[in-house]
Amino acid sequence: MARVSERSGWARALRRNALMLALAVAWELAARLHLTTDFLLPSFFTVMRRLALDTVSGQLPMALAYTLYRALVGFTLAAVLGVVLGILIARVRLARWFFDPLVSVGLPMPKIAFLPVFILWFGVFDESKILMVAFSAIFPVIVEAAAATESVDRILIWSALGLGAGERRLLWEIALPAAFPQIMTGLQVALPISLIVAVLTEMAMGGEGLGATMMQAMRFADSPGVFAGIIAIAVAGSVLVKAMEIVRRRLLVWHAEAEAR
Amino acid sequence: MSALKRYLPLLLLALVWEAAPRLHIIDPASVPPLSQVATAWWDLLRSGDLVSNGLSSLENLSAGLALGVVVGISLGVLMAWYRPLDELVHPLVRALYPMPKSALIPVMILWLGLGSASKIASIFIGCLLPVVLSAYNGARGVDRVLIWSALAAGASRRAVLWEVILPSALPEILAGTRNALALSFILLVSSEFVIGQRGLGYLISFLGEGGAYDAMFAGVLTVAAVGFLADRVYLAVMRSALAWRE
Repeated sequence: MARVSERSGWARALRRNALMLALAVAWELAARLHLTTDFLLPSFFTVMRRLALDTVSGQLPMALAYTLYRALVGFTLAAVLGVVLGILIARVRLARWFFDPLVSVGLPMPKIAFLPVFILWFGVFDESKILMVAFSAIFPVIVEAAAATESVDRILIWSALGLGAGERRLLWEIALPAAFPQIMTGLQVALPISLIVAVLTEMAMGGEGLGATMMQAMRFADSPGVFAGIIAIAVAGSVLVKAMEIVRRRLLVWHAEAEAR
Repeated sequence: MSALKRYLPLLLLALVWEAAPRLHIIDPASVPPLSQVATAWWDLLRSGDLVSNGLSSLENLSAGLALGVVVGISLGVLMAWYRPLDELVHPLVRALYPMPKSALIPVMILWLGLGSASKIASIFIGCLLPVVLSAYNGARGVDRVLIWSALAAGASRRAVLWEVILPSALPEILAGTRNALALSFILLVSSEFVIGQRGLGYLISFLGEGGAYDAMFAGVLTVAAVGFLADRVYLAVMRSALAWRE
């Protein structure tokens, strides 16, 4: 019985990835048969070899490290500041009065347009890139954190207060844990934005990193380099998104959400 | 009046923006006073730079977004409707979805050159996946009983698609399209930064590199305002499109 399901599991996995496999084969065939030029479409194996070579030479891990460093530091800034601001907006009237209109204008606005302003203020190095990432990623965090804090069950708060909890314990032991799932949702939106913007700033300003490496490869008409860059970024993006899902599941073990799975 | 009160903090910020550089609390070289930015905006408008680059941006944005939305909705609904297609395409969509869409810009330049085609293609592909997924989820979530009763009442498969599935999936489709709208602005501006030649993104970075900071701020504020207004208009349209559900 186990064997049958195992085999059908394999069959299902194969069928599930049939298109991906077919695409890789079609890619290789199209390149081998010279349906296009090597410049427009280097063969699958050429790109894989390039990935391997760049990994061994240390060039790819280096570029990846730069990009991840900028994306993650910016994301962390956005996460910490965003959660604090969100909670303030939900609980302090003055903060709400001041920040609410700013956030409602800032959330749908294309933040990337401010890139030249960040270059003017903070130069073209890590500082401006990281701050650009943080500025782009912070708005969804603020919105979710504020909504989450607001929707914490009143009865939960009243009972905690009735049992003699102070403001500080109320925040750390009641409000934050109760608001946490929705705050995580905001962070899960912010993380991919961080990576997108980190790559964009590198493309626009240079200075190492995957975005800059890809632009460099493009300028030298080095198409295997461009495709290798895409694959590296795609893998990095998937790994980050997956990691975030795992973190969510780990941290929310105690929550009803986890039991529902 | 209530709107004025609500947006008072923005007004205060504008006042600080005007006063601080004039009083040299902030260096006017890095933050030109707001009135100077407004004058620069007026000059940009009169010289035609704002209009010609704005039109170019608008053209590329609407072409890429429209393509992404139409193809995305069709593909998403078809995937939900037709199982084999779903099994074939879904893994690909899932694998590509978390990919940072900005990575596509260099490849598009490689394939399509330094022009509008690369910008449109980057926006199209970037917008496609969120729309596909929202249309797919929306169409999958349609109550089976609705479909069965429509079929039992003698509706053709096509009628079911147009009159049952699409309307029920509409809220999710519209929400996905809103994400695509935001994404299209990001991809538009950044592809214009990278490719240059034309468009508001190009105008902003050109002005910034030339040191015309008051005009650069005028351009940045214009893009931010257009993006914000587009979202507000879309939201209003979305609400009225969903009014029948209330």
